[in-house]
Amino acid sequence: MTAFARNQWYVAAYGREVGRELLGRTILNEPIAFYRTEPDGAEDGAASTGTVVALADRCVHRRYPLSASRLDGDNVVCGYHGFTYDTSGTCVFVPGQKRVPRTARVASYPVVEQDSLVWVWIGDPALADPAVIPRAPWLADPRWTTVGGMEPIDAGYGLLVDNLMDLSHETYLHGGYIGTPEVAETPITTEVDEGAGIVRVSRHMDDADCPPFYARSTGIEGRITRWQDIEYHAPCLYLLHSRIAPVGVLPEADGSDPNAFHVEITYAITPSTDRTVYDFWAVSRDFAQDDDEVTTFLHDFNRTVVRQDVDALNLLQQALDTEREGYQELSINIDTGGLAARRILARLAAEGERTTTPSTAVAAP
Amino acid sequence: MNTAEVYRIDWLPGTDVLHGVCHCGAERSAEDPVELWQWMLAHPDGHHLAPEQKGTIE
Repeated sequence: MTAFARNQWYVAAYGREVGRELLGRTILNEPIAFYRTEPDGAEDGAASTGTVVALADRCVHRRYPLSASRLDGDNVVCGYHGFTYDTSGTCVFVPGQKRVPRTARVASYPVVEQDSLVWVWIGDPALADPAVIPRAPWLADPRWTTVGGMEPIDAGYGLLVDNLMDLSHETYLHGGYIGTPEVAETPITTEVDEGAGIVRVSRHMDDADCPPFYARSTGIEGRITRWQDIEYHAPCLYLLHSRIAPVGVLPEADGSDPNAFHVEITYAITPSTDRTVYDFWAVSRDFAQDDDEVTTFLHDFNRTVVRQDVDALNLLQQALDTEREGYQELSINIDTGGLAARRILARLAAEGERTTTPSTAVAAP
Repeated sequence: MNTAEVYRIDWLPGTDVLHGVCHCGAERSAEDPVELWQWMLAHPDGHHLAPEQKGTIE
């Protein structure tokens, strides 16, 4: 199993998922309840959207899930006995008595909403620095049209990292969708920026078959030049910069690229439990932005592709669970990027262990 | 954002050979990515070989 890296930011949800209903997500084995405060200025119609709050998802009283409770203004009222918490997690009301026990509070988590994603800090809150959250600006840029979703997978998150760092699997697992023979055949270049915690894997196909995913969305007929440039910001954010153009069409000398189609494929790989991971996926394009048919096609087609990964990784985890400890693997050239990612994750996990204090403040009686 | 500590491995087209370049400038070729990463990340151990000693890992 790949160890968790604490003291890191993780994507907990899309911003659109968090509203005035409580949302429960388990991240790095920590159950968390998310909600959005009431919009400012709602009465005069000039509303902001409110801010996202993240509280430990267990009432201090009898551990009832707060995500199964209700909101009263910006406070959470436990659905079992009515213990009430403010946005900082401080209990402000208990039933039947005036004195609220001093220890009655649940942990609150640092949260940042950025690029349409809700990021939560798992670890020591004092170490949370929003400036280090990696960016995916196209997700909230009107010049791009984005479709996306989230699929839970019953597998350790390391299997999803392996999957995404080695796209040669497209040829076999996703043949007829996004895979063509050239993906597995084309050599890759791998770079590790140790200080920044970034792994880059590039595969540039000069003359490749155009898979249905791109043929039907771009309208290109015939063979293509296809570039895949992965940028993995460990541990959570994975960016695949995809460039598609008719064969031989390259960027201009000045760096502009008006004759190519660009697709930004964004994944957030968020460990949930030891054996489950949230697979957030989004596909953003800079062409046919207003074409609803293309939007629907890319959403449905990509969801099918993600489901193929889900099925494969569910199966793989089941198989690994039956393996004896210390089972052997065999790595070849296609694994160069995945091996680099594994090592960075191991380093981040070790660093997170060294600096962590428990973020769950509530002790059992 | 890039930091100074960048390791790079190129899979040489038309071959099964991986060519690694450490941020210190040391280079090495191999056909096993596990072995090449081990050498790369051992920096600085083994990264200051005389030119005639550089070469393919056996």
